[in-house]
Amino acid sequence: MPIRFELNGLPTDIDCAADRRVIDLLREDLGLFGTKEGCGTGECGACTILVGGEARLACLMLAAQLAGRQVTTVEGMTHTPDGAVLAQAFVEEGAVQCGFCTPGMQMAALAMLRQNANPSREAIREGLSGNLCRCTGYVKIIAAVQRAARDISDERRA
Amino acid sequence: MRAVLTPTNLQELFSMLEQYPAALPIAGGTDLLVLLRQNGLRDRRPLLSLAEIQELQGIREKGGTLSIGAASTFSRIIADPLIAEHAPLLARAASTIGGPAIRNMATLGGNICTASPAGDSLTPLHVLAAKVEIASPAAKRIMPIEHFIVGPGRTALREGEILTRILLPRYASFPDYGFEKIGRRRAMAIAVTSFAGLVRRAADGTIETARFAWGSVGPTVVRIPSLEQALVGAKLDADYLCQVAQIVASRVAPISDVRATADYRRMLAANLTVRFLEGLLD
Ligand SMILES: Cc1cc2nc3c(=O)[nH]c(=O)nc-3n(C[C@H](O)[C@H](O)[C@H](O)COP(=O)(O)OP(=O)(O)OC[C@H]3O[C@@H](n4cnc5c(N)ncnc54)[C@H](O)[C@@H]3O)c2cc1C
Ligand code: FES
Ligand code: FES
Repeated sequence: MPIRFELNGLPTDIDCAADRRVIDLLREDLGLFGTKEGCGTGECGACTILVGGEARLACLMLAAQLAGRQVTTVEGMTHTPDGAVLAQAFVEEGAVQCGFCTPGMQMAALAMLRQNANPSREAIREGLSGNLCRCTGYVKIIAAVQRAARDISDERRA
Repeated sequence: MRAVLTPTNLQELFSMLEQYPAALPIAGGTDLLVLLRQNGLRDRRPLLSLAEIQELQGIREKGGTLSIGAASTFSRIIADPLIAEHAPLLARAASTIGGPAIRNMATLGGNICTASPAGDSLTPLHVLAAKVEIASPAAKRIMPIEHFIVGPGRTALREGEILTRILLPRYASFPDYGFEKIGRRRAMAIAVTSFAGLVRRAADGTIETARFAWGSVGPTVVRIPSLEQALVGAKLDADYLCQVAQIVASRVAPISDVRATADYRRMLAANLTVRFLEGLLD
């Protein structure tokens, strides 16, 4: 089935099975390995992408559901100004250990920061509540998102 | 491979359903895709996406009724001003479902049609006296939510029918409302026990109307009409709450499973109710 959508700002045409999972489409067909598959059942958030600017789970979406939509993956995020600041904040706060959860965490954080530019700790915890991390204990991830929120608004003011 | 059909209006949907009677409706897919993955490759039934059908979207008020499109996501429901005004209890329960990404995908209609005893929209819909609108190519029927959900995973939907809208009476002002859910992880958790309550009190603090519902303590949502009647005119105090707890614990009918024992659920159902009512005392 031919499907046309926008991927990281670029018009994209693919021909694949309508019921191909979006996670497989991204990783196997399009070679975008940033999006991770942890559980495959919606529990871990490692596969979080943005569709129409909203966080969605690529393991629970089918290719046909992308038709006509705007999709952003972690590869596209780092090329946006806010995404670059967010990625840098994760580095500076040491919020990455094995890194498996990081792309999903960052996509969830980016979606949250777009709705709430100045989130409280509680709002950040809530915004990331669908994302599991086996390594960091979350403290540094939350600190990174707090830093990103600060840095993004500083940059806006400058 | 299985086909994914994407009708853009109800008429198209029904003609596709006629052509492919075995097709499975898919709204957010957060229950269905997990299930189909467990079923494996033998299941080739086509999927019928509900996401692009305007008639299944939107939340509006008309003639004293709030009408919610079955394919409304929980994120939309939480953000909607009409829901905030007329059914804040539903918004509160919706905000406990999954994490943000799940709420951007999962729909109210999907939660209802899954008919899980732990479905978090179901206790609020019961106390809010929700009705559901069901459509087939030939006709439309409307029934109370408690008639629609007939057992765990079982609804009154017949072949060729679709749940189109959820109807709530305009909020008849219940200033006190609560939703509580106990699970094993904050986001995602399937409720071990849940509780929804609506209360309206007179100026002197006595109860005028009380409605309670419990989830995961029976095959479907549990109500205790005799308790709701007994509470009318009651003045709450510690003794009274003790009695309420005993009644709740004796009337819910939980089972033991991998997540909790029946006794623990019984205790939770009673305690969640008391916690809600205690909150009204201060
Ligand atoms: C990680 C995770 C966490 C979750 N957390 C919660 C939670 O906290 N609380 C909770 O209650 N649930 C939870 N769920 C379950 C699920 O997200 C909800 O039940 C959700 O509301 C289902 O909606 P959906 O649109 O995704 O349904 P789908 O999966 O699209 O459909 C579910 C079923 O309903 C049928 N259906 C859907 N819409 C219609 C319609 N309009 N007419 C006829 N049939 C229809 C489908 O054919 C299918 O059989 C969770 C799921 C996951 C994966
Ligand atoms: S892989 Fe999608 S949520 Fe875990
Ligand atoms: S850094 Fe390893 S899972 Fe989060």
